[in-house]
This record gives sequence, C-alpha cells and structure tokens, in this order.
Amino acid sequence: MGKLNSRLLAGPYIIWMALFTVIPLCLVVYNAFTNTGGTFTLENVASIFDPVNSKPLWLSFKMSLVVTAVCFLLSFPLAMVLWKYSKNKNSLIVMVFILPMWMNFMLRTLAWRLILLNNGFLNHALVLAGLNPVYLMNTKAAIILGTAYDYFPFMLLPIYNALVKIDKDIINAAKDLGATGFVILKRIILPLSLPGIVSGITMVFVPSISEFVIADMLGGGKVYLIGNVIEQAFNSGYADIHLGSGLSLSLMGIIVISMLVYRFFDKGEEGSGIW
Amino acid sequence: MVNKVKNTAGKLYLVLILLVLYMPIALLVVSSFNASERNKAIWGGFTISAYKKLIHDETVMDALYTTLILAGGAAFIATVLGTLVCIGMINMKKHSKSFILGVTQIPLLNSDIVTGIALMLLFTRFAELSFATMLVAHVTFIIPYVVLSVQPKVVQMNLSTYEAALDLGASQLYAMWKVMLPEIMPGILSGFLLAFTMSLDDFSVTYFTKAPGIHTMSTMVNAEYRKGIQTEIYALSTIIFVIILFVLFIINRRTEKAARLEAESGVET
Amino acid sequence: MKHILLKKLAAVVLCLAMLSNLVSCGKGTKEKEKNQIIVFNYGDYIERDVLEQFEAETGIKVIYEEFLTPEAMYTKYKNGTVKYDLICCSEYMLDKMIKDGEAREIDTSTMEHAKNIGDRFWQIARNFDTENKYIVPYFWGTVGILYNTSMVDFVPDSWNVLWDSRFKNNIIMQNSVRDSFIPPLVLDGQSINTTDEKVLRKALGRLQEQKELVQSYLVDEVRDDMANEQAALAVIYSGEASLAHEYNEDLEYVVPDEGSNLWMDSWIIPKNGSNYDGAVKFLDFLCREDIAQQNFEYVYYSTPNEAVLNNIDEEEKEEDSAIFPEEDVLGRCEIFTYLGTEAEELYNRLWKELKVY
Repeated sequence: MGKLNSRLLAGPYIIWMALFTVIPLCLVVYNAFTNTGGTFTLENVASIFDPVNSKPLWLSFKMSLVVTAVCFLLSFPLAMVLWKYSKNKNSLIVMVFILPMWMNFMLRTLAWRLILLNNGFLNHALVLAGLNPVYLMNTKAAIILGTAYDYFPFMLLPIYNALVKIDKDIINAAKDLGATGFVILKRIILPLSLPGIVSGITMVFVPSISEFVIADMLGGGKVYLIGNVIEQAFNSGYADIHLGSGLSLSLMGIIVISMLVYRFFDKGEEGSGIW
Repeated sequence: MVNKVKNTAGKLYLVLILLVLYMPIALLVVSSFNASERNKAIWGGFTISAYKKLIHDETVMDALYTTLILAGGAAFIATVLGTLVCIGMINMKKHSKSFILGVTQIPLLNSDIVTGIALMLLFTRFAELSFATMLVAHVTFIIPYVVLSVQPKVVQMNLSTYEAALDLGASQLYAMWKVMLPEIMPGILSGFLLAFTMSLDDFSVTYFTKAPGIHTMSTMVNAEYRKGIQTEIYALSTIIFVIILFVLFIINRRTEKAARLEAESGVET
Repeated sequence: MKHILLKKLAAVVLCLAMLSNLVSCGKGTKEKEKNQIIVFNYGDYIERDVLEQFEAETGIKVIYEEFLTPEAMYTKYKNGTVKYDLICCSEYMLDKMIKDGEAREIDTSTMEHAKNIGDRFWQIARNFDTENKYIVPYFWGTVGILYNTSMVDFVPDSWNVLWDSRFKNNIIMQNSVRDSFIPPLVLDGQSINTTDEKVLRKALGRLQEQKELVQSYLVDEVRDDMANEQAALAVIYSGEASLAHEYNEDLEYVVPDEGSNLWMDSWIIPKNGSNYDGAVKFLDFLCREDIAQQNFEYVYYSTPNEAVLNNIDEEEKEEDSAIFPEEDVLGRCEIFTYLGTEAEELYNRLWKELKVY
C-alpha cells in the first residue's frame, strides 16, 4: 500500500516559516552587520550603547516592566474571581473580559486620547466634581495606562486558563486539612497557575517593550521609546536600514535575555503553552 | 460572614474592572452621537450624522472591508497550515518536533515591530508591496497562535480510534478527515479565532508591510485621527462593537448547546 | 450526520470562494497597472472628488497614498517597494531629489494649463529647481505662530513667546526636524539653512531648555488640538492656521517679526515611476482652473494658481492674511534648501538628542 507519510503534512508550514520567518530574520542580521557599502561592521549593533539609543531602550524596559506589573496585579485577582464564578472554560463572563480586545487596537488608543486630553473627558469630569484637572496627556503615565489597557486581556486569559485546569478537589482537600487561604494561594494556586503567569507576562512584556504607536498617540512626541527610535530609523529621511536592523537585533537580544533570566527563576516549571 | 464580605469584594472588583475596560469604548460610542463638532467631551446634542457620513466614506468602508478580508483570509491560511503541521508532527522524532516548535516561537518572541521590519526587508528585496504581501505578513505572525492552540489537542488525542479506523479499511485521508479532525476541532476553532483576532488587531506588522492605497482599520485610524475630528471613526467603533456583541451572543449560544450535548452524551455512556 | 457534512461542504465552498476572490483581486490590479498612477502626497492635501473626476475624465486610475513628513516620504520612496508616479513634497526634499538625480524632467510646454501658475511662483521655485525643469508648484505658505486670543492677551509677534514659562504645557511644536529648528535659529539671527554645528548645537540647547514647557510635538494634529483649545500657542503652517481659524474664531496667526520660513510644496515625477504620461496629465489636470479652484477651496492653502487667485475678491484676501500674506511678510522669510548628507545626519542626530532629552 502506498502509504502517505503523515510527516509530509508539516511540509507547507516548514516552507512557509523558512521563507517568511527565517529568511527575513537573516536579512535583519545581515543588514545589522553591514553598512551601506555592504562591508562588515559592528557599528550598528554597538550603537545601542549610544545614549540617544540606550536611553530610550532603558526607558522602554522600565515602562514595560511597570505595564507588566500593573497588568499582573490587576488580572490575577480578577482571574481568581472569574474562576470562582465560571463553570466551563469559555463561559460568557470570561468572553466579556476579552471582548474589548476585539475592538480595534487603534480605536481603543484613540479613546484614551479623548479621555486624557487636557480638556478631554477626564478633566471635564474632574472639574464637574469640583476637583482640579490633571494633565496626564503626553506623559509617561498616559502611555503606561494606554499600554496596560491594551494588553490587559493578554495577561488575564492565560492566567485564567491555567486556573481553570486546577482541580478544585485539591483545594478542598487542603482546606479539610486546615490550610488557611493564604497558604492555599501560596502553596497550591500560585505554583499551579505558574505556566499561565509565565505566558501572560511574556505576552504583555514583549509587545509593550517595543511599543511605538501608543507612545505616538498618547505621548505627543515627548516620550521617545526604543520602538520609536527603530521606527524612525526606517521612516525618517536620513533613514538607515542598517542602523534600524542593528537596533532591532539588539532589542531582540534584550527580549531573549530578559526571557531567559526570567525563565531561569521559574525553572522546573514548563511555561510553554501560551493559551 | 467573612466569606460573604469576600464575595462582595470580589464582585465589586469584577464590576470595577469591567467599568474601566468598557468606559473608553462607551465614550467612543457616545461620541459618535455627539453633535458637538470639535470637543467630544462637551455634549452638543444628539445626531446620527456620523453614521450617514460613514456610509459614504469610502476610505473608512474600504479599510473595514480590507481588514475583514485580510483577517479572514490570513486566519484561514494560517489555520490550514498550522493544523497540518500539528498532524504532521505526530509521527515525528523528538528533535524535529522541538525544532518546529522552536521556530514557531520566533514570531512570538520577536516583537511585532521586528517581525514587520524583517518582512519589509524581505519584500523590498524580492517583491512589490501589495495585498498579497500583506496577507503573507499576517499569516506569518498569526500562525504560531494556531499551532499553539491545535498542538495540545493533537497531543491529547487518542490515536487508537484513528488506528482502528485504518484497520477497518478506511483510507488514511478519510480517517484523518472523519476521525482525527472532529477530535481536534475545538483546538482548530479556537486557533482560528485567535489568529483572526490577532490579525484584526494588528498595527505594527501592517504598518511596515502596507501596500499603497490600501488601509486596514488600524492604519486608517492612525492616519485619519491626525487630520482632525473624524466622527465617522466613532460611528465605526459603535458598529464594530455591535458586531462583536452579536458574534459573542452566537458563540455563547453555540458553546451552551455544545455543553448541553456533551452532558447528554455523557449520560448515555 | 448529513447536515454536518453539508455544513462542512458549505464551509469549504465559502473558503474557496474567498480564495478565488483574492486571486482575482491580484490579477485585477496587475491588468490595470498600465493605466494607473500612484500618487504620494501629504495627509489631507487634496480634494478627493478631484481624483474621481480625473479618473472619470481620463480613465486613468489614481492610487492615492499619504505620508506624514518629508522624511517618511523619502524613506518609502527610497525603499523602492512602490513605484510612485507623482510625489508632492516640501522644497528641501525636492531639492535633494533633484540633486540626487531622482527627478524626471517635466515638459511643461505639453501642459495646457501650466501657464496658470504665476510667474513669481516659478521664480520662487528657482531657489531649488534652478531651470524650472523638474517641479510644478502646488501650494505654498509660511510658518508662524497660531495663538488663541482667549488665552494669549497680546500678539505673540516674536518667537520668544515659545520660551515664555507662563505658557508651560500650553505650547505645541512641530514634530519634524527642520521645522522645529526654525524658531531657535531665527532667534539667534542665523540662517535656517545653516550647517554650522556650533550654531545648531546652540539652537538645540534652546529647544532642550524649551522641552519642559512644550505640551506636545505634533504634525497634522496641531490644527485640531488648537481648535479644541488644548493649547494656547502652536508653531504651524499658514494654511493649517487658516483652517484652524475657521473651526475656532479665537485662533489667530502671526508670522513673527524676526523672520520665518517660506515654503512651497510642489510636484515631482520620480524617475522610477512607470506612467510618465499619466503623471503629466494629472499635473495638467490639477492646474486647470476649475480643478485648482475646487482643490483650493478644500485644502485652503495659498495657491500659486493665478487663474484661481484672480477669482478671489480683494476683501477676502485682506481678511485672511494667513493665506494671502503681505509682501513684507514674504520679505523676512527664507526658503529651505537641501543641506547635503552630512548636515542631514547632523540634524538627525540633534533631533534624537532633543527627543531623548
């Protein structure tokens, strides 16, 4: 019997990924290590240490840490509450929290612009309430707020999905044995939901460190992140795709290193499943 | 007593987060009906003129259409490729398997901006930007989500039914279609949905690989909001929101039905 | 069982239909390619109806794409992924393109309506297109200060107002390299085309010092934010100023006494475009009186089209000094020129230093 080798089914995917993921990445690496003349140089990659590039990188790093922390602190308790109320994985109440994600990303950010503008919704409300207006627009706080809002579901979902998998009998058993709520949280729930937490943190940290358009819309050009630097490198007239590639490569390096360091502290736990 | 306090606190927290999550969207919807031309924070009377304008605004409608076709097409291609590779991995050695899964992680760990730039570098060298290149770009960055959704289902799958079908004389393709596919269908569906969502929501990758004259929703909004008050955009938000609610409603009904069916079949066995 | 199969079949058919739709889409554009032009322009800088009219009259399809800053345009152009047939941009960028040999000569003698462009504008164009061979003027204007009379109780006729701490968090600056350097350079009595690093560094120092007073650095959003009274003062192009005034009567425009920049956005045909004839036809079409009139009324920037200017009564001209500036204003304005790669890199460097400051 001419039996079809099922491994062949992986073929199209492998070809696709080779063409559109691996080769483009090689192009980034190639451009990063060459100059306009095509000769080898380390200048582009090293330029990450130039203050005009390292300052935005450091700022991005700090801000994305804050965003990730905010998302985690808000979504973990929420996931716990949701876990309590929902029976199956796709229950409506969970969908309700994911729904804002289906609203276009730009529209969500635009909405925050309307809220935070100097005489936007927020300040109108504050003045109506007899309070002093706050000028959040064009500050780092505005960008952190917008980014955390945009990526919140990416933290909530994986954590929730991890929680749902926990067998409630274990918790009941622990309770029967006299464990306090805190001990249960620390000894059972946290360790068992760790894969979800790991995914959530990855899913929020990676996109927010390279964010540039939220900074554009809510930062009024006053806050300059590494994403903006890279975008400018490709989009300003004095553009330099080599410099841009070099910086992209450095950014990739930073992300990979952060993830390695972070997973090192989580070793023993497999943190593979994103969803 | 303590439990009761805890429960109310939990509910309160839930409601609070919901409020924060939906407030911006609600404000967009309200703004679309606000007749005030300039500052949407000041109520200037009720109007539906934004919706009338929207219907005639080709830029916005084209962007909406492009986004849907692009997301649908890309999610479809990604789902097919992603499902095939997951099935293909069943009989693979550990090395090849982890290699494929490793490659799958690349677009996830690469931030969008790097993926977009890398693809732009490829396209600028070898092709002209067009709808097709945008499609390729979208498939590329959403494919991992399909693989990660389908892969666990394939691993959990009980291969013996499939082998039994083969033993009973079913052709390989027939057995795959009839036995394997239904079993991993939930994974495929959630993979498709996830891929579709990511494509809908994308800005960065599209921004770098966009063809001239074609806008997706994200790039359109990004280009239009700068030019001044575009009430059509707010109207569009309302419409998208309504569509989402509708889809949500349908999904909810279907999952309820599925859950009921599952429960019934559970009783039978 | 049966209806599940049917459902699946329906799904497959649907997907196939979608795919074939995509394929046919791709084919369609390829066939049309011969009879289309790709036009690249600033945001919101043309009356869209004009495009449709052109398509209807000539059968040439217009693919219209917008950019935010000249720098962004140039990168996209240089990328070469899109073969633009016509680009409209600021004079210093066109200067660069002409000097780099990127421009194709435009034979204005074949254009029936090119004569509508006034002589004095061809004259201005000679600042960067010395023989009037490569560009056709589109709109022009000045750079100045837009201020809200309800928040600023004097006429801010000096750039110094942008460093006035009373307006902290109430100033909007231009988010583009060359424009943002106009105020400090002019205040220092320097040419806005200087390439002297010392002079530029001093200007940068001023801008860095100003940063804490600045509310935001914006481009196209300036007009709207000012109309919404988000800020008291903004550096702005004259055309935008006049539009802002239409939205909000409290807004007034002034070109500071120290001097400023005179700009002229013009059309250029890049040499790698694929439809030269179509591009020239489109240019001629834009110069035609009725079209230029329509376009002027929509964009409402200063037009170099004398045929249109003649139709405007003196009263309107006097009323809107932003769009119809007096001669002495033009006298104190300087035109940007292309400064060469080295200066470009310097500017870029300084710009980044301002951004990270």
